[in-house]
Amino acid sequence: MNGQVLPWYIAGPIIGLFVPLMLLVGNKLFGISSSFMHICSTVLPKSRVSILNYDAKKNGWKFYFTLGILLGAFIAVHYLTPGNKAFLPPEYFTSSGYLHLFIGGLLVGFGTRYANGCTSGHAITGIALLNPPSILATISFFVGGLIYTFIVVNL
Amino acid sequence: MKNFVYIILGIAFGILLVQSEVMSWFRIRNMFLFKEAHMYLIISSAIAVAMVSVWILKALKVKSLSGDVLSFKGKPWNKGIIFGGLIFGVGWAITGACPGPVFAQIGTGAYPAIFTLVGAVLGAYLYALLKGKLPH
Repeated sequence: MNGQVLPWYIAGPIIGLFVPLMLLVGNKLFGISSSFMHICSTVLPKSRVSILNYDAKKNGWKFYFTLGILLGAFIAVHYLTPGNKAFLPPEYFTSSGYLHLFIGGLLVGFGTRYANGCTSGHAITGIALLNPPSILATISFFVGGLIYTFIVVNL
Repeated sequence: MKNFVYIILGIAFGILLVQSEVMSWFRIRNMFLFKEAHMYLIISSAIAVAMVSVWILKALKVKSLSGDVLSFKGKPWNKGIIFGGLIFGVGWAITGACPGPVFAQIGTGAYPAIFTLVGAVLGAYLYALLKGKLPH
């Protein structure tokens, strides 16, 4: 599609290396979706935080990691492969697009917490540990996404 | 100091997500349409490398940098894995972002992704509120 795309056989293995890296650096199992809980616990009034049943101290690293992702993405588009690549379709840059993304975001946040993990925690880390619930979670992610995509494209 | 390490790791991860376009809505759409193998190859090679790494760490009884015995405890089963998984899948297909990539999209300046993030944080809160009433 584009000559400047990092090929899968470099990107995939390096992404996989984050699992041992996180274990070595802090004895953490790699997973990102709980960062939503972290943001939630910092923006909620103190009196309501207990409802989250979330240990912000233990998971504080997720805030720094996700902040890093944001900075890294900024560096990539401004300094590494500058250009006008689009990562979202133009129809998402309208008010109805914002609403779509907001609703999609609600499903991402709700679904990942309900499933207790996402692509990083279940699909990559969980399957690497050969943990059966994570394999089922990953199948569910794809079934949900495939059904939705089939419906919007064909109906 | 430790937090600084996580920022650096995050920066590396963010660069990877952008350079490989894993955070692109178009890549996710093409994945769910089976139009290209890019995403499938990235996810499977990431899993393969992670799996081999875990085997090596276990076999050599490697400890963390601070000297702790590594914990490899997988996440427990409950019905939420399926229900939540399906819900997340739909959200993933709509937004073209799973939880890491949403931050990457924002970082590239694809500002509508801020709506995805606000939705996701609210969604996580909604789950916490409704947790007791949902099948698990």
